[in-house]
Amino acid sequence: MYELIIIGAGPAGMTAAVYAARKKLNALLISSDIGGQVLWTAGVENYMGYQLIEGPELMRKFEEQVKQFPIDTKTGEQVINLAQTNEGFEVRTTKNESSQTRAAIIATGKRPRQLNIPGEEKLRGKGITYCAICDGPLFAGENVAIIGGGNSALEAADDMVKIAEHVYLISLTPFTGDQILIDKVTDASNMTVLLEHEVLEVEGESRVKRIKIRDLKNKLEKKLDVGGVFIEIGLSPNSDPFKEIVKFNRLGEIEVNCANETSVPGLFAAGDVTNVPEKQIVVAAGEGAKAALQAHRYLQRLSR
Amino acid sequence: MARKVKIYTTPNCPYCKMAKKFLADNGIEYQEFNIVEDKAAREEMKNRCNSLAVPTICFNSEVLTGFNEAELREKLGL
Repeated sequence: MYELIIIGAGPAGMTAAVYAARKKLNALLISSDIGGQVLWTAGVENYMGYQLIEGPELMRKFEEQVKQFPIDTKTGEQVINLAQTNEGFEVRTTKNESSQTRAAIIATGKRPRQLNIPGEEKLRGKGITYCAICDGPLFAGENVAIIGGGNSALEAADDMVKIAEHVYLISLTPFTGDQILIDKVTDASNMTVLLEHEVLEVEGESRVKRIKIRDLKNKLEKKLDVGGVFIEIGLSPNSDPFKEIVKFNRLGEIEVNCANETSVPGLFAAGDVTNVPEKQIVVAAGEGAKAALQAHRYLQRLSR
Repeated sequence: MARKVKIYTTPNCPYCKMAKKFLADNGIEYQEFNIVEDKAAREEMKNRCNSLAVPTICFNSEVLTGFNEAELREKLGL
């Protein structure tokens, strides 16, 4: 039986691990990856101590620091369920292994949000992508659709107008990104902007062939022939496995108070998966530290 | 027994870097194809592997699209 299980190894989870280890807690860190969202961040210029560092490099340094301590780690596994027991919690992973603990910290971060429309799951990796910087070059010379109206959609559009035949930029709402990017993108000659349009379906068998969209104003539907669909509609919290036991806000973020306590005693949460304002590496790291120290206090109270 | 692991990548793809680090850390030799520069490799990945995302990792008859450590571990028998 562990004293503490930390779920997630991004900035919050790894910082929590270091703090827990320094309190000599018998702890386990479980995560599908090491680094989380920071791994997709090219340059980080606002993590103190580094004027500029690549995201993956910063996470490598975090990992090194965690490894200084004798803390149990399981990576490549995702937690699929967390249940309350008489003595604390039971955590079950995708490998169907379960571990028992007295306290837990959820630090599972966020992931790219999905559209949840027909064809999306089937054609993922077959023309649908959530990583424009990864897969953009594959669609050179083709027609592509970029879904979203924020900065990440605009940045993807800006990259793609240079290499694609034609780019459709489709957003449910007016643009929400920075004006400087909007101007840059909407000036391109091979770009069609479709604001207040909804994507209804992605069609294709073994790869994306077209998308069906609807104009929200006149309700007219039409189809666009595209080979690639870039989904850039923000992030959603990785909170599904915990939905049954803790309280959430309407965004699906786990509600915590300023001591990182969730609605369940002994269960703490930290970082981007929570309702804490500002999703930043430095904030997540700080929250991870707080959560571990609070978990330590909770365990001390239990043993008294 | 040496198996021929091919990995198709693009230069700015963080998952590609993670996948390569995972292979290297586990002592697995691989051949990398940057599909931005290597058009033949790009076509091979798209048509032969029927994959439209990077990293695509191929060995024996397996094609893994994206980096999923658990899946990769299992298929490589690690």
